[in-house]
Amino acid sequence: MYIKLHYPFHCVFFKLHYPANSLYIRNFIPQTIWAVKFIGVMALASGVTLRSYIGKSFRLIFNRIQKRGVASCIDPSVGLSDEQKEFQKVAFEFAANEMAPHMAEWDEKEIFPVETMRKAAQLGFGGIYVQPDVGGSGLSRLDTSIIFEALSTGCTSTTAYMSIHNMCTWMIDTFGNLDQRQRFCPDLCTMNKFASYCLTEPGDGSDAASLLTSAKLEGDHYILNGSKAFISGGGDSDVYVVMCRTGGKGAKGISCLVVEKGTPGLSFGKKEKKVGWNSQPTRAVIFEDCAVRVTNRLGQEGQGFNIAMKGLNGGRINIASCSLGAAHACVQLARDHLTVRKQFGETLSNNQFLQFQLAEMATRLVASRLLVRQAAGALQEDRDDAVPLCSMAKLFATDECFTICNQALQMFGGYGYLKDYPVQQFVRDIRVHQILEGTNEVMRMIISRNLLKDS
Amino acid sequence: MSARVLVGVKRVIDYAVKIRVKPDNSGVVTDGVKHSMNPFCEIAVEEAVKLKEKKLIKEVVVVSCGPQQVQETIRTALAMGADRGIHVEVSGKDSDTLGPLQVSKILAALAKKEDARLVILGKQAIDDDCNQTGQMTAALLDWPQGTFASEVVLEGDKLKVVREVDGGLETVRLRMPAVVTADLRLNTPRYATLPNIMKAKKKKIDVVKPSDLGVDLTSRLEVLRVDEPPQRQAGVKVETVEDLLSKLKEAGRI
Repeated sequence: MYIKLHYPFHCVFFKLHYPANSLYIRNFIPQTIWAVKFIGVMALASGVTLRSYIGKSFRLIFNRIQKRGVASCIDPSVGLSDEQKEFQKVAFEFAANEMAPHMAEWDEKEIFPVETMRKAAQLGFGGIYVQPDVGGSGLSRLDTSIIFEALSTGCTSTTAYMSIHNMCTWMIDTFGNLDQRQRFCPDLCTMNKFASYCLTEPGDGSDAASLLTSAKLEGDHYILNGSKAFISGGGDSDVYVVMCRTGGKGAKGISCLVVEKGTPGLSFGKKEKKVGWNSQPTRAVIFEDCAVRVTNRLGQEGQGFNIAMKGLNGGRINIASCSLGAAHACVQLARDHLTVRKQFGETLSNNQFLQFQLAEMATRLVASRLLVRQAAGALQEDRDDAVPLCSMAKLFATDECFTICNQALQMFGGYGYLKDYPVQQFVRDIRVHQILEGTNEVMRMIISRNLLKDS
Repeated sequence: MSARVLVGVKRVIDYAVKIRVKPDNSGVVTDGVKHSMNPFCEIAVEEAVKLKEKKLIKEVVVVSCGPQQVQETIRTALAMGADRGIHVEVSGKDSDTLGPLQVSKILAALAKKEDARLVILGKQAIDDDCNQTGQMTAALLDWPQGTFASEVVLEGDKLKVVREVDGGLETVRLRMPAVVTADLRLNTPRYATLPNIMKAKKKKIDVVKPSDLGVDLTSRLEVLRVDEPPQRQAGVKVETVEDLLSKLKEAGRI
């Protein structure tokens, strides 16, 4: 009877946010009691009954989970301009309404959410820092960081893919000629077509400059041979920005080519099975005598590595921003859990160790956020310290935010380990941020090189 | 049509925030608390913008009354597609006592001044739940009103409004100019797009004083005390049905 009374509310609360199989009776009772207490506390505190169904029904519940307007010390809108606050608001709303309800399903069923990403592109999220004349939104790196941080609270994996797509679109926008920009960017900005960044090879990860994929010039075509590994969006994307060797050894022999899906000689490996990032497919990209027109080359021959690294600088800020969003969501989830869960006769929020741990999590979050935003500003102004600062931001934020999400999982106890609760997905999704777009070890290389170089 | 629509929006405490009563019981804590546009006002703005997109009306003017911060709310409406904004500056003590009567007087004066054909408001604000401003505005202007609208159709110079009432749905046909108040199911407000947010920066917000409109802001109401709802009392367990009946009789329930 207790369960039935609240069933409709509970059903909405759980069915949308967690997989449907959580409604089995065995898991049902502890979850119901948790949910009822959670909702009961909220209902008592909020008083006015109108509030309990206002808003677009589901949106209310997810915003309670997202807990807008709580805990001012970790408020991500502090220090932003009015316009940036508006961008952030739209991104948070989009994340709460369009992404958060599906994040578990996308992860479990490995769905690539094309329609949702296209909706995001309609709001301008397809080419955030791409110039407006080809369909981009023309915003700054800081605006981009703020937007991805907010979107990431809805689904980190999808937001991370969107950031890679944005990076590729920017590379074409910045280094392409007018013809290339007009050919590719408009479709990419509306996400009518999707893009992938192809640098890593089976034998070349951190040592990216030693890549082997060759591009031999024959008439007005380059003939590509080789393969790329771990390509996000691989197989589903339409446009591949490929770094390949047109010249001699080392970074100076690398050029950047745009290869379109459907080009003869372009094929894909099997879809990889990953621990996280399951809402985006990852495949090897294989070139077998793949002919690409010379007019698809971005910039000059030998400029490819430079283009790739410039793309990655922004990409690193974006990935760090995705980590920030996941950590922000986890801090709020952990905080709410501590106020609800009782052990030893009182709520966990009365336990000093957990209070201190929550404080540490919040401190790590704010510190990471400040560094990421500082790096975004430096990159926007093209300052001398921009590259090492972006590396520092990526290194620090991804490591700290993983610690935050991991600690949040621990606070949930056994429930944190269940796929019915979103914390584990945030943990799994941001674990890879410490590895890709330059491992955190490579970040240390970049920073130490800057410190030790001859002045 | 060269019609102009006036949309009233209110800046209220965000619906997801936990409300706290001030220690002196004079009101609710609003300092440092997250505010946003009243959800019903968002629906009203969306409806006006939809009418403009259908080319049935020419211009959407957004109005809000209050201190400097309401300009944020007006900007949000501009980012959703409104053309320009009017900020009626009311600050200090006056803003605390600003209620439906004062706002409806302001809206009536502005509707006449701006020569509006249609005034769209949210049905009620989620902070005071008055559900009065729309009705009072219509009365002051002596215009027809279509409240709790779940569907609005413009037919020439008449307005067909489907209202959600306790008994079901009621369809009324109003002569324009008219006042409409938006209910939950009228539409789903759009997300502001990034380009629109940037365009909104350039749109004009005029600042007007209530005295310029000849409106007297004195309130006829005084808030004596604000309290939280009573804490839920513990229940009592009884052993037999007879005990239950006698306890219910004691409490005067049967």
